[in-house]
Amino acid sequence: MSADVIDKSLETFVLNLGPQHPATHGVLRVKLTMDGEYIVHAEPVLGYIHRMHEKMGENRTWAQFMPNTGRLDYLAALSYNHGYAMAAERAEGIEVPERAEYIRCITVELNRIASHLLWFGAFVLDLGGFTPLLYAFDDREQILDLLESVTGARLTFCYFRFGGVYNDIDDNFITGTREFIKRLRSRMPMYHDLVTNNIILIKRLKGIGPISQEMCRRYGATGPVLRGSGVNFDVRKHEPYSVYPEFDFDIPVYTDCDSMARYMVRMDEMEQSMRIIEQGLDKLPEGPVMAAKAPKILKPAKGDYYCAVEAARGSFGIRLVSDGTNTPYRLKLRSPTFSNLSLFAEACQGMLLPDALALMGTLDLVIPEIDR
Amino acid sequence: MGLAKIKQALAELAVTETIEVSKTVPAPPAAEGEEQGKPVEVKEMIEQNMLFTPEYAKKGYHLDVKVTAENVARSAKILLDHEFFLESITGVDWIKENQIEIVYDFNHWHTLCRVVIRTRTDRANPEVPTISEIYSGANWHERETHDFFGVTFTGHPDLSPLLLPEDADYHPLLKDFKA
Repeated sequence: MSADVIDKSLETFVLNLGPQHPATHGVLRVKLTMDGEYIVHAEPVLGYIHRMHEKMGENRTWAQFMPNTGRLDYLAALSYNHGYAMAAERAEGIEVPERAEYIRCITVELNRIASHLLWFGAFVLDLGGFTPLLYAFDDREQILDLLESVTGARLTFCYFRFGGVYNDIDDNFITGTREFIKRLRSRMPMYHDLVTNNIILIKRLKGIGPISQEMCRRYGATGPVLRGSGVNFDVRKHEPYSVYPEFDFDIPVYTDCDSMARYMVRMDEMEQSMRIIEQGLDKLPEGPVMAAKAPKILKPAKGDYYCAVEAARGSFGIRLVSDGTNTPYRLKLRSPTFSNLSLFAEACQGMLLPDALALMGTLDLVIPEIDR
Repeated sequence: MGLAKIKQALAELAVTETIEVSKTVPAPPAAEGEEQGKPVEVKEMIEQNMLFTPEYAKKGYHLDVKVTAENVARSAKILLDHEFFLESITGVDWIKENQIEIVYDFNHWHTLCRVVIRTRTDRANPEVPTISEIYSGANWHERETHDFFGVTFTGHPDLSPLLLPEDADYHPLLKDFKA
């Protein structure tokens, strides 16, 4: 951090947060105008890891873009695989076998837990508590091992194909997943004892960083940020896709609109994801994992298509425009954190710097996904 | 809030275009001894309001409204009054038609209703009024669209590059952009 006094009469100064700062989780820079410890004005500066994925999409075939979707949100990449595969399947009209849909949901939910665990550890680290990070990474490691055994990757997945998934899951994965759920269930009370009910955490989060529903609407915030403001909006329930209607699960909603509410939403979501995975494993049907008639080369009919999924950080949407050839004409990636971060400047006005960092932590930022 | 209500509210803002529609008219009955003639194709110009309700399962959205650039802000206001939120704003470069299309995606928290507002602007001098005063989140989406397509959103407070380098003078998503 560096500070310069810009106007002595106002006694405000500019404070540069990032781009290399542990609390910005990647390369985000925020230009803060400070009055002592209070924020007068904040301006996020983006683009440090901009790679122009959308242009890359126009220069390769539909299938060749799939690895790119694993490199947007590298903490919950399977949701992005899923969104892109579904969008292309919708455009081309491909039916996915039921077993593949179940595998997709199970792996996506495992990935969501991994993402939330990392967020949990890193967020508490932002607040100054080091120990929970080690516990959370220990658990997350188990998921990455499980996912690696079926997808072949630990972070940048390219597991889904148009019409199914690339690899079937085996008994080792199923027993491993069941054991993991048992393990995580036994660990959750410890997390709550150690962190959630910790008076220091409560003092840092309760009533801090309010984000109203009206603000969420104006900025288009989705995901746990929106559900922490009391809005029951989850694409999995709102616009059911894949086999999610088959599962019995709840959408955690907290109405306090503060940092604590957003924290609680994510903690509760892990339990709901575990419920989905358990039901998925119980109901897992036999059959193929790839559609028999899935074309090798896609040439969707002219027109545009929209498809959204609930990623770990909110609603991820893909808008495809096809001109009937084997490459997309236009491919728009609507990333949830881009909209979620855009409200930060307004939300943090007049806040103490450490409180604003807590607020930023609850937005769960992943910069490669914002910059694309 | 139903689809019919929002459709009605946006109907008068939708562009009216003349579209050529071809239909086949059956051939007149053949006289005795003659062979039956072929059906005749007739082209007809009809006026159509560019407001569609596409098949959701195929397209992924429920309402598709084409408006003129001047009506974008009014459409956005109507949608905000009906409690829609903004998903994204983006552009499409239709280089063959010498136009740039700006696409606005809206969604609703409580009703399953995705609305697409689209407008087209001249490719040489792309200009659309901003909606950042109505939807604060549009500020960044419009800056991004300006980065990628060079579209000027009139009335926007700050169109400096958001994702591109601060001295960028190119617009990479234009179809004639060469790196």
